[in-house]
Amino acid sequence: MPQVSMTVNGKPASGEAEGRTLLSQFLRETLGLTGTHVGCDTSQCGACVVHVDGKAVKACTMFALEAEGADVATIEGQAAPDGTLNPIQQAFQDHHGLQCGFCTPGMVMSAAALLKENPKPSEAEIRDYLEGNLCRCTGYHNIVKAIMAASGQDVGALAAE
Amino acid sequence: MYNFEFERPTSVADAVKALGQEEAQPLAGGQTLIPTLKQRLAMPSKLVSLSGISEMKGITQEGRTLVVGAATVHADVAADGTIAALSDLAGNIGDPAVRNRGTIGGSVANNDPSACYPAAALGLGATIVTDRREIAADDFFTGMFETALDEGEIVTAVKFPQPEAAAYAKFEQPASRFALVGVFVARTGEGVRVAVTGASEGGVFRWREAETALASDFSAGALDGMAPEADDMISDLHGSAAYRAHLVGVMARRAVAAAR
Ligand SMILES: Cc1cc2nc3c(=O)[nH]c(=O)nc-3n(C[C@H](O)[C@H](O)[C@H](O)COP(=O)(O)OP(=O)(O)OC[C@H]3O[C@@H](n4cnc5c(N)ncnc54)[C@H](O)[C@@H]3O)c2cc1C
Ligand code: FES
Ligand code: FES
Repeated sequence: MPQVSMTVNGKPASGEAEGRTLLSQFLRETLGLTGTHVGCDTSQCGACVVHVDGKAVKACTMFALEAEGADVATIEGQAAPDGTLNPIQQAFQDHHGLQCGFCTPGMVMSAAALLKENPKPSEAEIRDYLEGNLCRCTGYHNIVKAIMAASGQDVGALAAE
Repeated sequence: MYNFEFERPTSVADAVKALGQEEAQPLAGGQTLIPTLKQRLAMPSKLVSLSGISEMKGITQEGRTLVVGAATVHADVAADGTIAALSDLAGNIGDPAVRNRGTIGGSVANNDPSACYPAAALGLGATIVTDRREIAADDFFTGMFETALDEGEIVTAVKFPQPEAAAYAKFEQPASRFALVGVFVARTGEGVRVAVTGASEGGVFRWREAETALASDFSAGALDGMAPEADDMISDLHGSAAYRAHLVGVMARRAVAAAR
């Protein structure tokens, strides 16, 4: 079987992968990084969003062998080694941006990609960027609020919907 | 998904050679092909990845022509801005994660009847460059999911002439975010072109009556009350043929009003 090597959350990682092995499968089953969730497996829900060379991608719609040599970031690498949450994760907790938590890894990774491109997004820009991330619980409002808060913006003005 | 061999060449020549194998197929962003493989609707013996071929990536300007490498992702075309209508179109395909993987070459080669790029290519009178020839967009899109590409032929770039004014108006199918109907309008030195996606059973097409009307008066009002025949339109649970025909008129007027 072919061998694939990449950097995951700053550390070298390698393993065997078939042609058809998805990046989501490689991360979860070979590397044991089960924080990347597979909600739909059809590129609709965004629960599997990770960063590949700094860009948000759906890990269920990319082959592991395509990540050869790439720099991959997953939800497991977001908190500090001592467990301190990063500002986005902390804001999700503070603003009740999650309920069951299934969509959260993808939401946090999408939010991180957004804030890197656009450090102070408007509410509309956040909603637009999250078009490919579905949440069955929260109604999105607190997710949007959390992302605004994580970007240092005042969320008092956001209407409680 | 059935298994397959995987190859990642670094040049167009090596990719073409690898595609010589029986049942080999190119893989670009995989945003269409991977879902297709998951449903076992395709069974390639080998996938030849185009993602490692740097000569197929990037955007360059040659005089008044924009040359977009076939492996350039939607996000990069969206960020370019040289042809505003083209960048706007790319920036509204799917969602950010899809735009970070999906490529222009994959989109035109696939020629999905609801895809956005075929409308831009036909609307701007683009030229599709392959490993062996150049094909005018008018001759490239031959029917739903059908193109003029031969077996093993790969798209390497798409060349867009700079228009005087252009815009794309898309009515989104809210679940898939593809175009329920999308209309690309361009005014060029050689006349007006109107390309319609999402609507026809035959895939992307030029709406000639609208082109004629706009040639003498490039304003939304010139299309008042006009819509194409509903006979060849797609009819499905998202919209009837008559509804789509009506939307073509509406979206064409919006595109003309927005053209810059
Ligand atoms: C959630 C979601 C929403 C989407 N929304 C939209 C939308 O709104 N509008 C829209 O237009 N599209 C949309 N798409 C489709 C997306 O744009 C795809 O990226 C695109 O259609 C295919 O490009 P790809 O690079 O992913 O190609 P792939 O999936 O890798 O390939 C598609 C086909 O083209 C062939 N191919 C690929 N590259 C070449 C080449 N260079 N030469 C010859 N053949 C080639 C492959 O063999 C395959 O048959 C969406 C997709 C998803 C998952
Ligand atoms: S699991 Fe990848 S998009 Fe839903
Ligand atoms: S918190 Fe349950 S799906 Fe989003």
